[in-house]
Amino acid sequence: MLKINLHDRVAVITGGTRGIGLGIAKALAACEAKIACIGTNPEKLQSALKAICHERNSSTGGVPLEFQEEVEGYLCNVSVTEDVEQTVEKILTRFGRIDILVNCAGITRDVPLGAMKDEEWDDVIGVNLRGPFLMTRACSKPMRRAKRGRIINIASISGLIGNKGQANYSASKAGLIGFTRTVSKELAGKNITVNAIAPGFIETDMTAVLPAALKLEIKNRIPLARFGSPEDVANAVLYFVSEEASFVTGQILTIDGGMIR
Amino acid sequence: MASTEERVINIIAGQLGSDAATITAETDIANDLGADSLDLAELMIAFEEEFNINIDESDAQNITTVGDVIQHIEKAIKTD
Ligand SMILES: NC(=O)c1ccc[n+]([C@@H]2O[C@H](COP(=O)([O-])OP(=O)(O)OC[C@H]3O[C@@H](n4cnc5c(N)ncnc54)[C@H](O)[C@@H]3O)[C@@H](O)[C@H]2O)c1
Repeated sequence: MLKINLHDRVAVITGGTRGIGLGIAKALAACEAKIACIGTNPEKLQSALKAICHERNSSTGGVPLEFQEEVEGYLCNVSVTEDVEQTVEKILTRFGRIDILVNCAGITRDVPLGAMKDEEWDDVIGVNLRGPFLMTRACSKPMRRAKRGRIINIASISGLIGNKGQANYSASKAGLIGFTRTVSKELAGKNITVNAIAPGFIETDMTAVLPAALKLEIKNRIPLARFGSPEDVANAVLYFVSEEASFVTGQILTIDGGMIR
Repeated sequence: MASTEERVINIIAGQLGSDAATITAETDIANDLGADSLDLAELMIAFEEEFNINIDESDAQNITTVGDVIQHIEKAIKTD
């Protein structure tokens, strides 16, 4: 993993309880950031907090930290305004600041357009697009106050090139890309950068459910001939949050093994 | 040109959706108007932009009433 110094920085990660989000939370913790981890499942949240603390402790090598000290979990549905406002308020009370926001919570409800139900559309747009809007609106307040901040949105190549069965999902991710571009312009004056990552096929719970034949077919379309890992995405997040990336904003970085060029 | 007090009260009323007529210099922004820390952050940004000044977090900690805001702004404008 890349190594940068995030000592005393406070990072909020939505969907940080598993998959890509957990990989990102662990990577940020290994760089000594304080972690506010948001998810919707209490058991997953508890085990994620342990994993994040473990990462932090083994990488710093110093005095082992109790996870209560620098890592906190929050049960919050990112598509619900009151949930988000209350959670961000709690994070601010607990940590006093927010330096980094990673919008990673996301869901799929894959169905061909003709059979897609209203709820399947609304749920995906709600979590994947309304969620980042609500989280960014709330978290950007303390960032604008502090005149510094880093926001990273996890989009998808589906939002760039489309994907059969994902009208809802690709619309949400394309929307998130537009959101990233606009908000990067609005917040640039406050020294806040906003970038997005568009992962290709990453091995997580989300993709584990796909049929083996489809996976093989996808792998054949990846020039680097392997699936990505949460760490592949987390390394890009570390770059975007680093001091060294302070001149980079409004960008969409594709991490897909060369699949869409 | 509206007075500093009027401008401050208008900003607060606008952001918090409260009635400007009920706000005075003695009004406590958090306790009387129910502003939470996100509201306060937003207000400090609005004051900074409206008056073209800087309000450090350490100064913001000492601001509780509308009068505190006005005092800070007038001091900041003078020392500019
Ligand atoms: N896995 C891939 O191949 C892939 C590819 C491109 C983009 N992505 C994107 O990466 C992100 C993470 O994907 P993953 O594969 O790790 O998924 P995952 O299903 O393993 O994890 C999703 C996370 O989101 C959280 N979440 C879901 N709904 C939520 C809600 N309403 N409020 C708060 N949290 C909620 C879950 O608790 C979980 O932590 C998603 O935005 C996904 O769209 C994944």
